[in-house]
Amino acid sequence: MALSRLASSSSRSADLLKPLCSAISLRRPISTDTTPITVETSVPFTSHQCDTPSRSVQTNAKELFTFFRDMALMRRMEIAADSLYKAKLIRGFCHLYDGQEAVAVGMEAAITKKDCIITAYRDHCTFVSRGGTLLEVFAELMGRQAGCSRGKGGSMHFYKKDSNFYGGHGIVGAQVPLGCGLAFAQKYSKDEAVTFALYGDGAANQGQLFEALNISALWDLPAILVCENNHYGMGTAEWRAAKSPAYYKRGDYAPGLKVDGMDAFAVKQACTFAKEHALKNGPIRGKSLSLVEAIKLTSSCSVCCAYMQILEMDTYRYHGHSMSDPGSTYRTRDEITGVRQERDPVERIRKLILSHDLATEKELKDIEKEIRKEVDDAIAQAKENPLPESSELFTNVYAKGLGVESFGADRKEVRAILP
Amino acid sequence: MLAIARQRMLGQSFKKILPAVSVLRSYSSAAKQITVREALNSALDEEMSADPKVFLMGEEVGEYQGAYKITKGLLEKYGPERVLDTPITEAGFTGIGVGAAYYGLKPVVEFMTFNFSMQAIDHIINSAAKSNYMSAGQISVPIVFRGPNGAAAGVGAQHSQCYAAWYASCPGLKVLSPYNSEDARGLLKAAIRDPDPVVFLENELLYGESFPVSDEVLDSSFCLPIGKAKIEREGKDVTITAFSKMAAEMLEKDGIYAEVINLRSIRPLDRSTINASVRKTNRLITVEEGFPQHGVGAEICASVVEESFSYLDAPVERIAGADVPMPYAANLERMAVPQVEDIVRAAKRACYRSVPLAATA
Repeated sequence: MALSRLASSSSRSADLLKPLCSAISLRRPISTDTTPITVETSVPFTSHQCDTPSRSVQTNAKELFTFFRDMALMRRMEIAADSLYKAKLIRGFCHLYDGQEAVAVGMEAAITKKDCIITAYRDHCTFVSRGGTLLEVFAELMGRQAGCSRGKGGSMHFYKKDSNFYGGHGIVGAQVPLGCGLAFAQKYSKDEAVTFALYGDGAANQGQLFEALNISALWDLPAILVCENNHYGMGTAEWRAAKSPAYYKRGDYAPGLKVDGMDAFAVKQACTFAKEHALKNGPIRGKSLSLVEAIKLTSSCSVCCAYMQILEMDTYRYHGHSMSDPGSTYRTRDEITGVRQERDPVERIRKLILSHDLATEKELKDIEKEIRKEVDDAIAQAKENPLPESSELFTNVYAKGLGVESFGADRKEVRAILP
Repeated sequence: MLAIARQRMLGQSFKKILPAVSVLRSYSSAAKQITVREALNSALDEEMSADPKVFLMGEEVGEYQGAYKITKGLLEKYGPERVLDTPITEAGFTGIGVGAAYYGLKPVVEFMTFNFSMQAIDHIINSAAKSNYMSAGQISVPIVFRGPNGAAAGVGAQHSQCYAAWYASCPGLKVLSPYNSEDARGLLKAAIRDPDPVVFLENELLYGESFPVSDEVLDSSFCLPIGKAKIEREGKDVTITAFSKMAAEMLEKDGIYAEVINLRSIRPLDRSTINASVRKTNRLITVEEGFPQHGVGAEICASVVEESFSYLDAPVERIAGADVPMPYAANLERMAVPQVEDIVRAAKRACYRSVPLAATA
């Protein structure tokens, strides 16, 4: 234990200690070490209509390790899904998130399971960050019973209500008003929690988004709109789709922040800031504040913005829009490899861990090997899992079926009573 | 019991047709009379009182007291947190309503007319109707979408469409359409209590009509079952299915002892009541206000042909709105909506009474 603390404080002494350390597994100390470490975000935040949070983020070895592990797991999971799709074990649509992991992981680190998340169809990693298991992911992708939606949803319809993850939506932009509705319900129920509604740069031009934004602002809803700007709406670059691709400013009266979405700490900082802001300025508006509270309130934000905000995450997807899109007809391979080299979210954490001497390269590689095995095991288990029973065709059409009849393709042949 | 005036009809001559619903009023002093508007208002009031999760949203539902005064007094009683005036943005506020239902609240979303629901139809179908299925039961959506549906008077093509067939074709939705005050109260209460998304199709022209209601109907626990049609009048010669305002028209026609079924529930459709009736009368006329192609009548006809073919003594007759957008001129509008004489003529055809062929336009 003491060795690792010395190691983190001075790299010279760490070099000397390394031969001793290699004989001792450092994994346990890293995963529980909560000694504060301060990291700087890659770039400062840019804001619209509000203050920016600090570039300095408090973290610790435990969190660094968790970030690395979680993002490496998500990366491996998505790449494995790619192979499964090519092997025709996954059918239909498959939208992969590799490259964007920092948004899911950074956001989760800033919030609790009482806060709600809703996103679009690129939802595998968000589901995992909310507590979903690899088996649930792969089984759902392959349409099996152990899937999170029992095989009835597919790639675009992952849900985990007990962790307040509301999907998983195929219609571009629809999730934003739905997310504002979740925020409405949280406020109505006095739950002291917020909703993050994620959408892409393609969805950012949807009318219903502005309708929901307007209502959320009027009604002071604790909703935070998060634009995962990966710069391409399917095959259309942002500058071809939006007259103003400064998505964080598009809220007009709503405050906005532009965030480096490849930096998990920047994401975490922005989400912490946004949540605090939404809870402080939203639901308590109208209550009489003590003088101390009033001073705190006005000092934390230069504009008294008692409504929701937009976070624009500047991120990137390595895969195409979906598995049927090679992703290279509308952008250059150089661009893709360039981002991978300069801004990869997993690599950023790896470098941080190494530079703070919290682990060796080999140890991190071992973790990745472990992850690979975990993913392979989950896939093997999912492959063994059966397809849904035929009777499942007719389940869950309604929450309360009232005993009515439903029909198969040949209604004289296949009928069912809905319970 | 409804007292129904009977008029003998001779050949082609028709007495002046009284306003459709006047024959339905019982003049018994024991029964209380309430309008459909009062019925809906009291149902909303009682359900909001019973369950704090129920809230209303829509255009003008609060301060304006409701575009058709259905939500009158509710803002004052329950406050602005539970009765919410929305901007004129159906896609946005419907999505917000569905999201609130995901979380467990029970929204009642009003569309000023269902014509405007088309702006929000993606949320009704894709976000509400299908969620319980896609999530294998994790996300149920206890929401009610209500408002006037179908033709009013002189409002033209964009404000007169009937959406019963469109919504009723979608699994995951329940679609109800009340006729009288009892229907309005019982079905709206059932809709609000139901854990699934319900499309509740009212009729603007019926809002002001009074109907007798028993004490049982006025009780706050009153509820009608979803999926059950009501036989408004028993008969033996021909079965007539109708819903909403058309149910009124049916009771007007005469000379033939029709069994009139008030569908009440378009989805689930009460196929067993309809088929049992056709097996008794052997003839069927379906009546609806909406466009004829792929309409509610087409579904009923197919269902009866599948289940009760050998009982049919005549082809099924369909009476529906004209296959045109709704015109404005009063005479054309009258031609575009089913009238009592249309149903009478169809009934006579079904019963093989001779009816001269109309000149084709």
